[in-house]
Amino acid sequence: MFPRPIEKSTPAARVAYKTLLPVALLFWLLPLLAVAVFSVKPDADFTSGNYWGWPSSFEALNNYGKVFFASDMPRYLLNSVLITVPTVIGAVALSTMTGFALGIYKFRGNLLIFFMFIAGNFVPFQILMVPVRDLTLEMGLYNTKTGLVLFHIAFQTGFCTLFMRNFIRALPFELIEAARVEGVSEIRIFRYVVLPLMRPAIAALSVLIFTFIWNDYFWAVVLTQGAESQPVTAGITSFNAQYRAAYHLMSAGSIVAALPPVLMFFLMQRHFIAGLTLGAVK
Amino acid sequence: MTKTLRGAFAALACSTLLASPALAELTGDLKIFLDTSNPAPRATMEKMIADFQEAHPDLNIETTVIDREAYKTQIRNFLTANAPDVANWYAANRMKPFVDAGLFEDVSDLWAEAEIADNLASTKGAMTIDGKQWGVPYTYYQWGVYYRKDIYDDLGLSEPTDWDSFKANCQAIVDSGKACFTIGTKYLWTAGGWFDYLNMRTNGFDFHMALAAGEVSWEDERVKQTFANWRELIDMGAFIDNHQTYSWQEALPFMVQGDAAGYLMGNFAVAPLREAGLTDDQLDFYQFPAINPDVELAEDAPTDTFHIPANATNKEAAREFLRFVVSADVQTEINNGKNLGQLPVNAASMVDDDKFLNEGFKMLSSNSPGGVAQFWDRDAPAEMAKVSMEGFQEFMVKPDNLDRILAKLERARQRIYK
Amino acid sequence: MQTLPKRGFWARNQRRLAPWLFLAPGIAFFLVYVILPVFQSFNLSLYEWDGLGAKEYLGLRNYEDLYWEFVDRDAFFISLKNNLIWLFLYLLAIPGGLFIALFLNQNVWGIRLYKSLFFFPFVISQVVVGLVFAWFYDPAFGLLNVALGWIGLGPINVLGDENLVTYGIIAAGLWPQTAYCMILYLTGLNAVDPEQIEAGRLDGAKGLRMLWHIILPQLRPATFIAFVVTIIGALRSFDLISIMTQGGPFGSSRVLAFYMFEVALSEYGFRMGYGAAIAVVLFLIMLCFIAYFLWSMWREEKGH
Repeated sequence: MFPRPIEKSTPAARVAYKTLLPVALLFWLLPLLAVAVFSVKPDADFTSGNYWGWPSSFEALNNYGKVFFASDMPRYLLNSVLITVPTVIGAVALSTMTGFALGIYKFRGNLLIFFMFIAGNFVPFQILMVPVRDLTLEMGLYNTKTGLVLFHIAFQTGFCTLFMRNFIRALPFELIEAARVEGVSEIRIFRYVVLPLMRPAIAALSVLIFTFIWNDYFWAVVLTQGAESQPVTAGITSFNAQYRAAYHLMSAGSIVAALPPVLMFFLMQRHFIAGLTLGAVK
Repeated sequence: MTKTLRGAFAALACSTLLASPALAELTGDLKIFLDTSNPAPRATMEKMIADFQEAHPDLNIETTVIDREAYKTQIRNFLTANAPDVANWYAANRMKPFVDAGLFEDVSDLWAEAEIADNLASTKGAMTIDGKQWGVPYTYYQWGVYYRKDIYDDLGLSEPTDWDSFKANCQAIVDSGKACFTIGTKYLWTAGGWFDYLNMRTNGFDFHMALAAGEVSWEDERVKQTFANWRELIDMGAFIDNHQTYSWQEALPFMVQGDAAGYLMGNFAVAPLREAGLTDDQLDFYQFPAINPDVELAEDAPTDTFHIPANATNKEAAREFLRFVVSADVQTEINNGKNLGQLPVNAASMVDDDKFLNEGFKMLSSNSPGGVAQFWDRDAPAEMAKVSMEGFQEFMVKPDNLDRILAKLERARQRIYK
Repeated sequence: MQTLPKRGFWARNQRRLAPWLFLAPGIAFFLVYVILPVFQSFNLSLYEWDGLGAKEYLGLRNYEDLYWEFVDRDAFFISLKNNLIWLFLYLLAIPGGLFIALFLNQNVWGIRLYKSLFFFPFVISQVVVGLVFAWFYDPAFGLLNVALGWIGLGPINVLGDENLVTYGIIAAGLWPQTAYCMILYLTGLNAVDPEQIEAGRLDGAKGLRMLWHIILPQLRPATFIAFVVTIIGALRSFDLISIMTQGGPFGSSRVLAFYMFEVALSEYGFRMGYGAAIAVVLFLIMLCFIAYFLWSMWREEKGH
């Protein structure tokens, strides 16, 4: 293990390390803690210039109540869910198939197609912006959640294919060979041999894509417009326009918008970290 | 309130019946897109639409309210792809891209009707491109200096009447440790307001419009004179610090807390200032004073408008809605202090008895002989507006960069108006 | 028995057909939404189009305009310059992430929770990160100026100063990016071969020497991925700029990604073709890196 385990150091070093940890964490999360404090302060603290002092009263219920009951926030949150979940399902479904095809079969063009997915995944969004917007307009899907979902599925397929293909490559190939000898059809091999083995990859990828899509802002701005279809990342800017300079409400709104992926992360931490590193570091 | 409105469409129903006696009751869908996302104007619009609905019960009205900022970029999408029957927007050059692209319906026929021709004559110019009218106005508002009367009184100052007293006042305020003016230029357009007034007062309305139309060089001596006047204010410390980081709303507290004594703004600033606790004894208004005595006073009075998209499906109902919106009683109602708190576009309407509206109305109708401008970002083409307002912001922060800024604007002019 | 010939065809050919069957939907989506639009943008960059009316063919005029903007040090020059600053400074996330990973790679009580809390910023949307940092920098009440006040400095208006603003936004971006690199390195450190460490210790290697000669070579895969994601992150920087400054003050914090959006789709932007030309430039910059990534991966594939 590197660096040297702290248990092997002097007791003084151990104590120093253990006190340094929370202090470092405090500094690391300071900007966020500030917002958390803002979100429970009353309006009066801001007009009286008490930005950083102790809240003169705790208004968490009031502030968060406003976010949930006096704004479009719940609708934006719902939109985010309705955009994120289908995208996760779609992108994972497509990429288990492409990953399977590219990971198992040897055929001409395999590497070329694989590289196409990788290259596409790295493309700057801006070069897609105008054509994708036009395409969505032409299909009559502009300002719909469907339009956004379809694009997200397509784009995420690049990254997901990279991930799935590398994962499948690491599976024991003998299993598939054995199934083929048994005369099992390729489709059944996919369904009954490979798919069950891919569960951890699917879980990891789902959590990861959930976070990516939930946090998307650019495409939300380009492809949707109102409260009926915009996800919460874009909604938070309208919310802020409505409550300009009402920092307590903007803070509460931001925290609400940030919460779902954070919960996802803490609940599915193992999968999440596996997802980030597995497809990549192998 | 309801009574007056009932009366309103009773009268209106009569007038339309008279105008076109064969007109059948309106049916079908009427899709309306609005950018009035702030709570008060939103409620006003929804109420107005509900009244229209009551008059036309067979019409299926569907209203969509879009965030005001988002609307500005999204209008071009829905006009082409998903056109409503009625959409609101802004007058003058701001509607030109859509007119040029054939996305707005020509409504010159409405303007030929006596009711509109007679009562809306003052705004006809702002709605006209290529000799035709492309929509109707529904409200407009004055610009000018809103100031803290109590601070002026403490310092023994009175409303300035010319450029020298304007500057002398400002110097006195600066000497007392405050800023004369609050402003937030993060979103640029507020600086456009200052440019409008300084340029119109220095060089007059016609020159200002020629500049907006790209007919004058940005490196012209007269333009430089405008900036020289502006610079006097900047150098004396007239504006609050760090204005480039604030939006116009974020700049309001400086005025409320008394760190700044005035705000060059549109009349929509009155509502949040009142909400923040300023009473009408503390808050007052004056017209931007003359700088060059040889030019006539001209004002900014931006007009907000309703249009029928060319791709609308129920244009008959849309026209009826436009007639309804500009009718005298509806104008009186939606622009009163409880609603939009702005000026009605119909000459037969009543201006609400509000101190700021009265002053604004008087100013625009009798003390703006030079003309009425829409606002810099509505009078100049979009691209020029953008690059020039960025230049204004830079000038306000770094006045020494003026020559470089003007050279840049001149290059932009050569490219944009070809 | 009747279905035998049919089954025979599938049985004979399924190994050849199956991959295409599995690939078809994915490729179809990807072609329509990703690959084709790239070429459409290339094409569009040769036109003038306001997104409303008819397109007008210009040839390379848009690129010529970009060239003049570059020469005159206008918006395009500033965007390009800022993109380079982003590219270089964003790479600080890699040593930063490594440093935190080394700091946290211990086995004390509660360390797992610490690791997840340090990773936290990466999970939050950039929109929220942007808001949080905009308040952190606020000239009137921001925590930064409060802290500077304690040591007798400031106040500085980071987001209102044309020389500081880009660095201020990059610092905000580094926060989640460092967390990302940290997690990559933590996983990498788990996989470091203990025997090699022991061997190194016997040779008397310690501290930095050990890190440089024994640990880092083993972390190469993690470093590679960290490099890839950081470069992409730097070139995609849009959200933070849009939220924190709108490219201001007076355009000094623009990068290509934001400038492109501004020119084509923002409130005063009606130049789709010009925007496409900017996107093409951004794409070509990215292409250098994409080519490098693909080349490394291709080498690795060959090695297998």
